[in-house]
Amino acid sequence: MKVPVSWLKDYVDLDGISIEELAHRLTMAGLESEEITFVGLPLPPGDKHDFKVNGIAWDREKIVVAEVLEVNPHPNADRLTLCRLNDGEREHTVLTGAPNLFPYKGQGPLDPPLKVAYAKEGTTLYDGHAEGWQLMTLKKAVIRGVESYSMVCSEKELGISEEHEGIMLLPEDAPTGMPLADYMGDAVLDIAITPNIARNANILGVAREIAALFGRELQQPSYDFTAEGAPVAGQFGIKIENPELNPRFVGGLIRDIEIRPSPDWVQRRLRLAGQRPINNIVDVTNYVMLDIGQPLHAFDYDELVRRAGGKTPTLITRMAKKGEKLTTLDGETHALEDFTVLVADTKGSHSIAGIMGGADTEVTDKTTNVLLEGANWNFINIRKTLGYLKMNSEASYRFSRGVHPAMASRGVGRGLELMRQWAGGTICKGLVDEYPLPYEDPTTELTPEDVRRWLGIDLKPKDIAAILARLDFKTSIKGKVISATAPDHRVDISDDPVIGKADLLEEIARIYGYDNIPETRLADVLPPQRNNAALEFEERVRDLLARQGLQEIVTYRLTSPEREAKRLPPGVAPDPKPYITLKNPITPDRFAMRKSMLASMLEILERNARLRERLAFFEIGFVYHDSEAGPLPDEKPRLVIAITGRRDLPAWQGGAEENLDYYDLKGIVEGLLGGLHLNAVRYEPSQHPSFHPGKQARLLAGERQIGTIGELHPAVHGQHDLGPAPVLAATFALDALMEAAPPRHEVQEVPAFPPVLEDLAFILDETIPAGQVQALIEQTGGATLAGVRLFDVYRGEQLGAGKKSLAYALTYQAEDRTLTDDEVAKLRKKIVGRLERELGATLRA
Amino acid sequence: MDILKELDVIEKDGLAALAAAEDEDALAAWRTAHLGRKSGLMAAFDGMKDLSKEERPQVGRRANEVKQALEGALEKKLVAVRQATLEASLAGEHLDVSLPGRALPLGRLHPVNQTLRRIYAIFAEMGFQVYRSREVESDDYNFTFLNIPAHHPARDMWDTFHTDREGVILRTHTSPGQIHAMREYCPENIRVILPGMVYRYEQVTTRSEMQFNQVEGLAVGPNITFGDLKGTLTDFARRLFNPDVRTRFRASHFPFTEPSAEMDVECFVCMGDGCSVCKGTGWLEILGSGMVHPTVLRYGGYDPEKVSGFAFGMGPERITMLLHRITDIRHFWRNDVRFLEQF
Repeated sequence: MKVPVSWLKDYVDLDGISIEELAHRLTMAGLESEEITFVGLPLPPGDKHDFKVNGIAWDREKIVVAEVLEVNPHPNADRLTLCRLNDGEREHTVLTGAPNLFPYKGQGPLDPPLKVAYAKEGTTLYDGHAEGWQLMTLKKAVIRGVESYSMVCSEKELGISEEHEGIMLLPEDAPTGMPLADYMGDAVLDIAITPNIARNANILGVAREIAALFGRELQQPSYDFTAEGAPVAGQFGIKIENPELNPRFVGGLIRDIEIRPSPDWVQRRLRLAGQRPINNIVDVTNYVMLDIGQPLHAFDYDELVRRAGGKTPTLITRMAKKGEKLTTLDGETHALEDFTVLVADTKGSHSIAGIMGGADTEVTDKTTNVLLEGANWNFINIRKTLGYLKMNSEASYRFSRGVHPAMASRGVGRGLELMRQWAGGTICKGLVDEYPLPYEDPTTELTPEDVRRWLGIDLKPKDIAAILARLDFKTSIKGKVISATAPDHRVDISDDPVIGKADLLEEIARIYGYDNIPETRLADVLPPQRNNAALEFEERVRDLLARQGLQEIVTYRLTSPEREAKRLPPGVAPDPKPYITLKNPITPDRFAMRKSMLASMLEILERNARLRERLAFFEIGFVYHDSEAGPLPDEKPRLVIAITGRRDLPAWQGGAEENLDYYDLKGIVEGLLGGLHLNAVRYEPSQHPSFHPGKQARLLAGERQIGTIGELHPAVHGQHDLGPAPVLAATFALDALMEAAPPRHEVQEVPAFPPVLEDLAFILDETIPAGQVQALIEQTGGATLAGVRLFDVYRGEQLGAGKKSLAYALTYQAEDRTLTDDEVAKLRKKIVGRLERELGATLRA
Repeated sequence: MDILKELDVIEKDGLAALAAAEDEDALAAWRTAHLGRKSGLMAAFDGMKDLSKEERPQVGRRANEVKQALEGALEKKLVAVRQATLEASLAGEHLDVSLPGRALPLGRLHPVNQTLRRIYAIFAEMGFQVYRSREVESDDYNFTFLNIPAHHPARDMWDTFHTDREGVILRTHTSPGQIHAMREYCPENIRVILPGMVYRYEQVTTRSEMQFNQVEGLAVGPNITFGDLKGTLTDFARRLFNPDVRTRFRASHFPFTEPSAEMDVECFVCMGDGCSVCKGTGWLEILGSGMVHPTVLRYGGYDPEKVSGFAFGMGPERITMLLHRITDIRHFWRNDVRFLEQF
């Protein structure tokens, strides 16, 4: 919300408070001053500010109030005039094209003279003719044969508004020669209003905060009006059909007004506050809304009478019928829902309550009699209505955040009086006030103990009461108990005693100052300490993989079924279980929660394919599966690993130019499982569609599958923008992996006696898996065979077709003695014999 | 006696020949010639059996002297020759020490997870344990139980992804975890942090993402004050940024806390002088916090008349960006190796 500092001064004395200090204190108290636009006042020194700084300062020497004494024609240009002007020191001739001076052209000396803002040579101002806000410096120039070195300024040139149609005229009593900055220099704070302080979305509200924060007096505005007309009663009626949704409706009547532009100072204020001036009547409604926060609506009273067939008109607030159509001021036609409230009369509806009026009854240039409405609406219902209408207005902004019903009569009173002042006319006595559902301002009790318990500060009851009184709470103290009744301009204090207490504690903390609350350490007893086993396990897996040289990635968990289908070869149907999809995706290719981590991984491999000769990634994350238990999906933790490219990092010397293959990834997986002390994992050929049918395995811990490992299926590889090297990938169900991993492991004693080392090579049929050979050797060797390591696989002519040689390095070891040759020979014989018998192996000489 | 003279000659010749030997091969040949089986010295030892009983000890003593002298000289020479050889070879061996080393692949954690670990570690030492909860949430947990009823103006504060299922959304913050934790642990005291991925209906730009992490914190107990909130979070900031960092708490609004506060830390790039990182304010907005709203405590099963609590939430991506001056949040999920390899 835009808050001109000059407007604040109507309600609070700001003497001795710098703009910077003001903005800082408001920000600290929750009224964040995001940006300050300086309109004449000096900008704060230095580059360090709590807020964005905009605008210009008016040079006190070079921009002053001056008086135009006479407006003379320009000898060579019809559209220019020459002003004889006095700046308090001497007379100047100033050239201008301002159309609002034309009426004075050739009229001779003006009495009284016109007061204007006069800028001298060398002044920096905004360029009135440029788009946007361009600074320029005033220089001497000759225009159509007349020398010009100074000018009379428009609002735009001074940075007040975009107004550049004519020059700015000042009131007659503006003191000639006074620096303009002193006379009307201003600054506009742009304050973010959070929902809890919606009551401050007006000048009075901000002024009240300032008064409370700086300990100054708030000057309350007057809501009285001078009524000299006939009593309003009987001139119109109000009928509320649903008090829940329309607790109050107030109307007043002013007759014989004259529609014209508002006074200049009003127009300027409105513009500074970001509101476009329309005419004096409409401006009053906007002004009062900005001033005290009550939106108003002005009806053309005669039009209402006409619609009532010349009889006394009645304003009716009623529920819309579902599907009912209504055309608003902006020309839009809306189909309404049945919870929406309309303002109507006996002829029909004309506005959507609290949101936007209708064209039929609005004020026009011909209006002379105005019925002024100040109403109160249920803010939740306004929100619901805004939700489907997708509309927004200054009025609905305020109504949708809650306005106190007491403000309705105040708004109408203040509005009528301002209309009388700005538009003339006579106000009818009294108001028509329908208030079927009075709002009860809650009274909340709290004690110093509450303040201590919640905020950690010790305050006396009278100090607490004083803080609340600064925000207009009505307080009383009985012993240690403070009773505080919320003031009748706010609806945010709960009538639940406990929540109401928290509401008050927030106010106490804000005004006392968060800065003044001491920092303390938690004194409470520590809760029972628990591990987060799943996270700890994840972190172990991360470390084990990073230690093996893999880079961790984190990817989008939103995807699309098309994206994920690319992880399968053409023709393979994805699992038919439904995705969790979004109703409102932000981008069309990410509208479903992923079911596959492999698909995410392939996306990242593609992105990096050309950047490095070797890629090794892993990701730990979730996949989201439809659950039979309810609408919320199962969120399953998964691990995916992928490697591709050269086995060795490229270097200036050495390093084989071989590609990573299945066994490289298997080595990493074995490293991971070994690090988790998960030793009894079996690798069995499997049929995962994403992998090469002959180069993949599923990993089993006991009978439970914990993961899959393989080379990416060439057809899947081909669907991605990847390099030629094969991609090796593994996926794991992290929860299954965690359950399989032992919670602790025992170490083997370091042997005290020397081992016996021996190499044995066997010739076997090609079809016999190495794993089976290894298992048989281990099983036969028993406890004495401490290690078996395959160190060579050989195929060659002398072995014959369909044969291979597997060479193993065996370590024999006894815990309690040095093994004898005889013992080793016996065991060897047993192993060789078993392999010969069961696998048809022959010992290779 | 001739034999003694002979030994003198053997010694003298031997030492002279040794002086001429310049490498290990020559020394080996010398040893064979002067100390070997067929050497004059050995012949002298052999000849002793023909000597008289009187002469024998005298010659024997002398022969042993000569042997020790030759062996000693050989040993010395051998050390000298080896030293010379080593020096000669060292003098000829030079590496270009500026050539690059052979790199081993270095694994790394994702930068955000590195930051998360730092956050976990700091809070763990203050007794906060990690509690995680689901990402696809009911709107009750994401909003209603957090004091954000339907149609409340505060719901506008979050741009929400709605799913095709009634009442199911992607969580917009980790705050639903507060309710899960309270309902699980009530009536115990609570000190947890709640990390995880959250989602917002937001255009992806350099400054905003539709998916990002949050770390929420929650402390509930009979004696928890706003002062504790300030102290705990300031301690955290000092550990994460630097031990002298200043913090400030500004009044703010979150529906699930009251009073609410934003914590700013003094900009660690300019030390509070104002720079482009802190946009000239000298302060960096780091986290939102506040005293747990009575309604939230109630939904969690606690009696707000008996216990109080504080909660806070921060963005590890934002913190990572500040710490490393990253200007584009999109780097995180793009996973370009040229970015990742810098951590």
